[in-house]
Amino acid sequence: MTRFKQGCRTLRFPRGKPPVLPARYRGRPIVARKEDSVDLGKIAFIPDSGIRHSNDFRMGASRREDLMLKGDAEALAFTLNKRITKMFGRSLKLRQVSAGGCNACEADINVLNTPVFDLSRFGIQFVASPRHADGIVVTGPITRNMKEALLKTYEAIPDPKIVVAIGACAISGGIFSKSAEASKGLDALIPVDLYIPGCPPHPLTILDGFLRLIGRLKNG
Amino acid sequence: MELFNGGHVSLRDIPVLSEKEFRDEVLLGCQKGARLANLFGSPEGEGGVRLIAILGLDEESELRILSTKISAECPRYKSLAKELPQAQLFEREIAEQWAITPEGHPWLKPVRYHPNYRGVPDLWQDVAQRTIPGAYPFYAVGGEEVHEVGVGPVHAGIIEPGHFRFQCHGEEVIHLEIQLGYQHRGIEPMMCGRDLRQGVLLSESIAGDTSIGHSTSFCEVVESLAGCTVPLKAQAIRAIALELERLANHVGDLGALGMDAGFLPTSAYFGRMRGDYLNLLLELTGNRFGKGLCRPGGVLFDMDVSMADSFCRKLKCYKKEFEEVSDLLFTRPSVLARFEGIGGISPKDAKNLGLVGPVARASQVEHDVRIDHSSGVWQFYHVPISLAATGDVYARALVRRQEVMRSLEFLLKFLPSLPQGEIFVSPGPLKTETLAVSLVEGWRGEIMHVGITDSQGALCRYKIKDPSFQNWFALTLAMRNQEISDFPLCNKSFNLSYCGHDL
Repeated sequence: MTRFKQGCRTLRFPRGKPPVLPARYRGRPIVARKEDSVDLGKIAFIPDSGIRHSNDFRMGASRREDLMLKGDAEALAFTLNKRITKMFGRSLKLRQVSAGGCNACEADINVLNTPVFDLSRFGIQFVASPRHADGIVVTGPITRNMKEALLKTYEAIPDPKIVVAIGACAISGGIFSKSAEASKGLDALIPVDLYIPGCPPHPLTILDGFLRLIGRLKNG
Repeated sequence: MELFNGGHVSLRDIPVLSEKEFRDEVLLGCQKGARLANLFGSPEGEGGVRLIAILGLDEESELRILSTKISAECPRYKSLAKELPQAQLFEREIAEQWAITPEGHPWLKPVRYHPNYRGVPDLWQDVAQRTIPGAYPFYAVGGEEVHEVGVGPVHAGIIEPGHFRFQCHGEEVIHLEIQLGYQHRGIEPMMCGRDLRQGVLLSESIAGDTSIGHSTSFCEVVESLAGCTVPLKAQAIRAIALELERLANHVGDLGALGMDAGFLPTSAYFGRMRGDYLNLLLELTGNRFGKGLCRPGGVLFDMDVSMADSFCRKLKCYKKEFEEVSDLLFTRPSVLARFEGIGGISPKDAKNLGLVGPVARASQVEHDVRIDHSSGVWQFYHVPISLAATGDVYARALVRRQEVMRSLEFLLKFLPSLPQGEIFVSPGPLKTETLAVSLVEGWRGEIMHVGITDSQGALCRYKIKDPSFQNWFALTLAMRNQEISDFPLCNKSFNLSYCGHDL
């Protein structure tokens, strides 16, 4: 009976119109002047930074320079990698490593496994062992104490492999970039194939990024 | 010297005792029923350190503060840990942060593996250069049939890193030792200085799942140091957000417990329902974890009558759904068989270890900051305490269920009568050479922040205590003589923070 009452709760996304998030949600910034730019990989998406935010959740990018949002950009650029879409487009197994994250990014990655987002319907799955994985998802500012474990996990994943950096901390060190205990971004250590900015990114931002990476979301 | 939650005291007024008097006072206070709520070092003079103890006198709603000085020439004192087990981790932390030896400490080893803040040789050689994985001493159990199981720092799921070392005899765990520190980002030193904006952002990221709890505590410390009164409406919005945070996490925890007991429907339902509360936080603050809401002086987002109404309507639905699904979980014999009698903590151990939050209340310890040290709107609204007696996985699940119901009842009563008015005042400059303390009942238990200012009114020492700091040891105790296969379930019933501990 309880099961019957619960009904089907899975989002239609990516089919149909994208879901609309509340007005206060701070998504992709609005850069008013043409000559200005905002680095999505560095900002903490706070209300009192002087940056105006739209409620557009689409922010993933495959190249670091695409996170530099310029005033004249219509939408965020996403450069497709044909090799990745061909190889992992229908099945992608990922190993997540938290390297100093505050657990907010981790929590919203976990949410993708709830019936609402149901990540496995896209052939994407988080696995326990790096030996079973096609790629690694990293959160947190890569603390000094976690660096070695992270690199060992990366090495344990068989080639070819992809790397995803989720959250401001993993992309640039975020608010911890001044700390001696933290690093200044994952791509200084290993090459990154997908950047998902946010503090933390909304689960839809993460899902949108994953789907773009594997070529399941081509337009818009 | 007595102090209340949210109070401040001039550094000169904090009594400085001799080492022996300090020790006797702390031990006597705790014998009489107080809790060692905090014990930390603060730099003083030329290379010296002042040890500050804060005792929680919960029945009197008071905090007692006392201190002693440790000179640079003789950086040592007699350890309290043997007589007062709850002091053990505080003493290890002081040893690591300030290179001060607690003589006679039963198990002295680093907590987070970082160089000390005094700039003198560390107590452990090359602690700062060594990467920690695998490089630490563990308590080992001897015997031919004893085997060791090491787990972590990278675990199987999407969770934070930490290392667990089990000493087992067959399936039975004889001893478990936990080594954390992998998440250490050096937050405490970064909080010092004049940049309160950076401070509040850091406080929101001490533990992302407790953003509201920690940022409220940070704001209360700054507001106390600035002597500013926060508008009632801002206090009300903070309280609403704090309860939404509690609801989201408790509901999620119950789902995770269902998962580890092998009852997947409840895990799927609760997992989705957790999102409902996070989405309310998103609607209120623009962030699913409430980041960006609390700032010293008030809050940045208002709640009007129509939003309060819509929250009320939604919460009524959520309450009904929660009742249905938790009935489903708590009435299944196969679930109860997994919950009952696993990972027990006796009330005596809970008191001795100074446990806090739902973990302590599941072992009949009557302590809840909202009641014992009430501040903000908790002074006007009484939330009944949720207690259980057995201290096992079942009790910890039951306390969460009760707390969910009571938070919902509070919100449904409180939202329609939301006070009106301003939501922000400018806090102004901080008092000089003053210490302020704030306690908040986060969803994991008592959060304590202590801020100390220098002669210029800048923060010169900031001490953070997440509830997990005290509660991790309880998990090791709960695993004694349990089957190792019960560890995931036991661990979920605590659901402690790694980053809150590691800072």
